[in-house]
Amino acid sequence: MKRLACALAFATLLPAAHAVEYTQVQPDKSAINFVYKQMGVTVDGKFRKFSSQLKFDPAKPTAAKASFDVELASVDTGAAEGDEEVAGKAWFNTKAFPTAQFVSTSVKALGGNKVEVAGRLTIKGKTQDVVVPVTFTAQGNTAVFDGAFTIRRADFTIGEGAWAKFDIVANDVQIKFRITASTK
Amino acid sequence: MATQHYTSTAKALHWLMAILIFGLLALGFYMHDLPLSPDKLKLYSWHKWAGVSAFLLLGFRLLWRFTHRPPALPESMPKLMQFAAHAGHLALYALMLAIPLSGWLMSSAKGFQTVWFGVLPIPDLLEKNKEVGDLLQTVHMSLNLLFVAVLVGHIGAALKHHFIDKDDILIRMAPRHSKEK
Ligand code: HEM
Repeated sequence: MKRLACALAFATLLPAAHAVEYTQVQPDKSAINFVYKQMGVTVDGKFRKFSSQLKFDPAKPTAAKASFDVELASVDTGAAEGDEEVAGKAWFNTKAFPTAQFVSTSVKALGGNKVEVAGRLTIKGKTQDVVVPVTFTAQGNTAVFDGAFTIRRADFTIGEGAWAKFDIVANDVQIKFRITASTK
Repeated sequence: MATQHYTSTAKALHWLMAILIFGLLALGFYMHDLPLSPDKLKLYSWHKWAGVSAFLLLGFRLLWRFTHRPPALPESMPKLMQFAAHAGHLALYALMLAIPLSGWLMSSAKGFQTVWFGVLPIPDLLEKNKEVGDLLQTVHMSLNLLFVAVLVGHIGAALKHHFIDKDDILIRMAPRHSKEK
């Protein structure tokens, strides 16, 4: 009897004692990609380097926090001259603005394994509010977060001068990511 | 002896593709050296559309060639020269096939799909892969340099037949005689 009471007491304590919080982002299992249209043709690329801070407890998703710093010079457009061009003044101007930042401001639980992360995205000195739907799969001590949202490059003056028109490179750019994080 | 002409279809395909290919070669070498700009991307797309068009025309041309035997070479040509002519034509066909194919594969490997005239997506046969893309770019360029060399030989030979041998080799591909056959 005593043993059962003990077990019950332990069982009620269990969720709290075992609350999992995913905080350690694993760069080698994470990716930030972008997709856009070039003369109507879908083209994608990625950023090779970024760092991020994350706090996510599946039991308390609204308390989650996330921030990202993306090294813009690590852009991979699929062509060397494209990488060079996009790092240049007319696009990211990485000399003056080396990183893009995202900082979450609030998280809404959408039920199931879906959340909506609102935050502020700063690129090239311009800040915009963005809302990012995220799907997570938490398994043991790793969680994978998948999401995508679309920005308009003109909002951040990405692609100035000859590139400012959208006939060749579209205004809409979809940012897609997969972040893998583990518990401590 | 009456001149035996190529069929009008064969002539039309020959000259249409000649114009297209000279345009493609000139555009290809020109655009390659341009600094990146919206215009450069536009020219790349046009080059790819024209290249795919040349590829499709070649398909039709090969079908025509297999079903319509071209007129025989003149008896006056030495056997070795006849052999060289056939080998040269075979090389031209092979290059007309391999060059657009390498361009298509290069575009796939580089991750820039070809959408013919912005309307018809051409399937990507290769996964995106930088090394493969760079390799195919070198292949595309090398084949084109070889193509230019073979074309110089082709045109030189045609002119030699016309002005030195004074035979009807050039005439029988000339468009204005097409009504004779
Ligand atoms: C008969 C058909 C074709 C001819 C004669 C041709 C000729 C050429 C030439 C001369 C170049 C410049 C080579 C260099 O300097 O790098 C070039 C480049 C190129 N071609 Fe083609 N081409 C043909 C078909 C195609 C097709 C079908 C495609 C794609 C669907 C294509 C895609 C490209 C691309 C992307 C380049 C640029 C490579 C670079 O600079 O990155 N070509 N072509």
